[in-house]
Amino acid sequence: MAQTLSRTPVSGTATSTPAKRKPFLLDLYSTAVGKKYVMAITGIAMIGFVIVHMLGNLKLYQGASATGIYPIDTYAEWLATLLYPAVPKYGVLWLARIGLLTAAVLHVHAAYGLTVMNRRARPVRYQSSRDYQVANFASRTMRWTGVIVLLFLFWHIADLTLGWVNPGFIYGDVQMNVVNSLSRVPVALFYIVANIALGIHLFHGTWSLFQSMGWNNPRFNSWRRGLAAAVATVIVVGNVSFPIAIMTGVVTYNP
Amino acid sequence: MSTKLTNLKLKIWRQAGPDDAGRFETYEIPEISDEASFLEMLDILNERLIEQGDEAIVFDHDCREGICGTCSLMINGQAHGPQRASATCQLHMRTFNSGDEIVIEPWRARAFPIIKDLMVDRAAFDRIVESGGFISAPTGGAPDANLTPIPKPVADAAMDAAACIGCGACVAACPNGAASLFTSAKLSHLNRLPQGQAERFRRTEAMVDTMDDYFGSCTNHGECQAACPKEISIDMIALMNSDYRKAKFKNRKNLSRI
Amino acid sequence: MSINLDSKIPEGPLADKWDNFKADEKLVNPSNKRKFKVIVVGTGLAGASAAATLAELGYQVEAFTFHDSPRRAHSIAAQGGINAAKNYRGDGDSIHRLFYDTVKGGDFRSREANVHRLAQVSVDIIDQMVAQGVPFAREYGGLLDNRSFGGAQVSRTFYARGQTGQQLLLGAYQQMARQIGLGNIKLWNRMELVDVVTVDGRCAGIVTRDLMTGEVSSHAAHATVLATGGYGNVFFLSTNAMTCNVTAAWRAHRKGALFANPCYTQIHPTCIPQSDDFQSKLTLMSESLRNDGRVWVPARAGDDRAPDQIPEAERDYYLERLYPSFGNLAPRDISSRAAKRAVDNGQGVGPLRNGVYLDFSDAVSRLGKDTVEERYGNLFEMYERITGEDPYSVPMRIYPASHYTMGGLWVDYELMTSIPGLYAAGEANFSDHGANRLGASALMQGLADGYFVLPYTISNYLAPLLNQPVPGTDHEAFKVAENAARDRFRQYLSIGGTRSPDYFHRELGKIIWDYCGMERSQQGLEKAISEIPALYDEFCKDLRVTGGGDSLNQTLEKAGRVDDFFQLGMLMCRDALDREESCGGHFRTEHQTDDGEALRDDDNFAHVSAWEWTGDPSNPNLHKEHLEYEVAKLQTRSYK
Repeated sequence: MAQTLSRTPVSGTATSTPAKRKPFLLDLYSTAVGKKYVMAITGIAMIGFVIVHMLGNLKLYQGASATGIYPIDTYAEWLATLLYPAVPKYGVLWLARIGLLTAAVLHVHAAYGLTVMNRRARPVRYQSSRDYQVANFASRTMRWTGVIVLLFLFWHIADLTLGWVNPGFIYGDVQMNVVNSLSRVPVALFYIVANIALGIHLFHGTWSLFQSMGWNNPRFNSWRRGLAAAVATVIVVGNVSFPIAIMTGVVTYNP
Repeated sequence: MSTKLTNLKLKIWRQAGPDDAGRFETYEIPEISDEASFLEMLDILNERLIEQGDEAIVFDHDCREGICGTCSLMINGQAHGPQRASATCQLHMRTFNSGDEIVIEPWRARAFPIIKDLMVDRAAFDRIVESGGFISAPTGGAPDANLTPIPKPVADAAMDAAACIGCGACVAACPNGAASLFTSAKLSHLNRLPQGQAERFRRTEAMVDTMDDYFGSCTNHGECQAACPKEISIDMIALMNSDYRKAKFKNRKNLSRI
Repeated sequence: MSINLDSKIPEGPLADKWDNFKADEKLVNPSNKRKFKVIVVGTGLAGASAAATLAELGYQVEAFTFHDSPRRAHSIAAQGGINAAKNYRGDGDSIHRLFYDTVKGGDFRSREANVHRLAQVSVDIIDQMVAQGVPFAREYGGLLDNRSFGGAQVSRTFYARGQTGQQLLLGAYQQMARQIGLGNIKLWNRMELVDVVTVDGRCAGIVTRDLMTGEVSSHAAHATVLATGGYGNVFFLSTNAMTCNVTAAWRAHRKGALFANPCYTQIHPTCIPQSDDFQSKLTLMSESLRNDGRVWVPARAGDDRAPDQIPEAERDYYLERLYPSFGNLAPRDISSRAAKRAVDNGQGVGPLRNGVYLDFSDAVSRLGKDTVEERYGNLFEMYERITGEDPYSVPMRIYPASHYTMGGLWVDYELMTSIPGLYAAGEANFSDHGANRLGASALMQGLADGYFVLPYTISNYLAPLLNQPVPGTDHEAFKVAENAARDRFRQYLSIGGTRSPDYFHRELGKIIWDYCGMERSQQGLEKAISEIPALYDEFCKDLRVTGGGDSLNQTLEKAGRVDDFFQLGMLMCRDALDREESCGGHFRTEHQTDDGEALRDDDNFAHVSAWEWTGDPSNPNLHKEHLEYEVAKLQTRSYK
């Protein structure tokens, strides 16, 4: 059959003048490697947040003090007044919120860009089934675990920050809000599923960020997988324990 | 002594040209020695096809000792087939069992268009090298070879990277169709050597940018390393990422692209 | 047709000839170089290095490869190393010694001046390749390491693990890629040369066939370089890559280039023995293995005990026994024949009794497994993959196989063939290795030709052509050649017989291997000369090529290559029959000493046999270039 191959000699492939450079950060971000840095750096920020968030939530287990005040509520108040009066109330909290929101948006945007690029790189899929050797469930489901976590994030904010989907929500009464919300079985199950997805996401993400950042050193390379597994485990165990503890009555709210 | 495998069923991708849709066709191999290499099995099949008056199956191959990097088959869903650390041409039939169904497909990536049947065009790799995968040392006038001592571990590490045969299995195996292992292997080879320092950052920037034009992105699955006939490590990719960052930060004022 | 076999060797003492040439040669002004177009066919070591260097100098270069990328050329498969008279070991090496070893290794059948030049530029090659980032093996102090190789008593071989050819080729390829990127080289890939075009006795260019589309087209240039490798695949089973072929050289030969010493083929002693009839190629195990491996066979014929069951006293380390001073490092032809004698004698090992052992147990106990692994790890792996046996514990089995061809297009000192404007470089020419090539010298010669010889000599031809018109591709001669090529490929498609090109290739290979292989006899060669034309006749009548001519068709490509191998095969046997002596890779059973060594006849055969095409492949015309030895003393080669 006729071929549509254009056949000319190859020459001068490296002489074309590059398109006008974008400002330097955008220039970096426009490449796949640059996007991976963004994924990694925003990932580090969010992993840090998730760990701190989980640790803070452990106060749920402390129960009410003699005066009937829940330590987690005190903790929330402390967060809101951090560095007060040097900084106005909620100042640090909002700074963190804006930072995290930016990180999340950039993380998703970069992921979207990379996904488009990867789809384009193989427009015709393999027609027979692939036999993956080392790509694990976590690495191949990053997009889906990521989407689950993102949807969960919307719910979580609507549920426990804004209270839109949490009847009886009172801003600042953290223990009550959490117990009320997670006493609903479907919500609790959603929390469990989402946190397992988060764990899977972090298992690949934590390892992967070392590669993306180019942090590679034979001395600690063998620790990277272990660290990823530890981060994922700690977060899943901690976060999943809350709905379970509430459903089983270990954590309660008694006004 | 050699034993025989019997009743192999091959499902092979046939595609008349770049624009043809292509399809799998099934061929029977009634008997083959386990000493035969995988490509010899295809040779025998082709000879049979020719004698029957059918067109032989087109596949790329040349040295048949795993060094030229020409052979390129996706066998049962694995680039270069089930044997680790080897190219298709080093795969022998003793890896398979009688009665097996073996599915053979070409590499698939936008940058590797199918020419015919199982043969693809890997010219994009050449473009990456042309953009910067060299040390500019015109013939003549090179200083004495022993003028610059290179620590043995550095020379060895450069050699580990330089072992790449450019077969494209990394791209074929990558779920994203990325060429990071190929590009980073060349970069790690040249960027580690003292001779490669002058152009280190220009090279890194140019090669990574060219790679971006053709291939997907690395999401650290590690499939490339598993498929690589030379077992090139994804540590090279980390080195490339790190050098690319340095190139973007250090390079902009002092050095320019060609 | 009278042909003037002027080797154009420069005046002066041997050691000064190259300098004298460079002092007297005609040069092309840098700004005029861009007015000259040079075609380079083949992108192996010689082709890539020539293309890159010529482009750097400023010539317009068009490079052709039938591979998808220049990096696939078969130079990549060379394993062991590259020689250079650097004397970094301080073990007595010098340019003169490398020259002498090469002449002696070639059994005094090479041109002294060429070999001396090769030894001279060998040192520049190492400098050049290191500057380009070739990761040669190094010692802990950071300086370059060396190993020793067959046929030399000094350590002068530079290596990059067992992949020296790969690393050197990648170096040259990268240099070439840079010039492609800069627009100084135009690269045509998947294009095969199908004819050479001459106009008024000069080479005007080439005709190519695009392997992807079947399109035949012409390319004109001021000068053309063929760096298209050797013809070892005439044996069908060889260590050459599957697509290695003689077509470019042969088509040039048919257009008037003399073909020199086609019977000088090298059989490499350390290949993995054939395991079955359907085998498509043989795999070489680097000769460097002989540095630490010991070759032996059971002393008793027919001994079929496992190797570890055979006590030391019942083993015959025949190389160490016969050649005590060189031992396991005896030159290739000598080791090969010794292996053949052992196998013919019934002492062969392995399932088909067609090999000899190469045993590393001593090396492992002396150096430790780690050191052995570092030196030969990838070779051992390669062996294990092919045979399923672990060479650390079971001795390797090896047997000689066709590997390299010393013969090739006749060239003068300037590497120009007998067609003005047509050059041959690397394995495609005949020039430097005489009747036998020493290990680690092929890479040296390829790079010497491409980097340091051609770029100098080509200006000598081009300078007088400045501003002279040269024939373009619209010249009648190109049209004639194009049509002939189209007809030829159409013909293969239209025969419609019953057998594939591979079938004929295999049958041809058997004849050549049996009668023109490691040992040749008058009777055998005469038999071959009568059998090949009969088989060729069958090829012309019974060939079957399926598919079409206008898309990629590997069967059709193969048919053209086998056709040329047939014609070359006839010439090879003719040359072997004519050369009534034994020398290097050419061993005539009628001419041997009492203990079975080659017996040269310097009085009658100290010449290059350069054959001229007459139209009938069985009846070529012989021209002789007499070899003068001013410095090297003709002597019987002894490695005892």
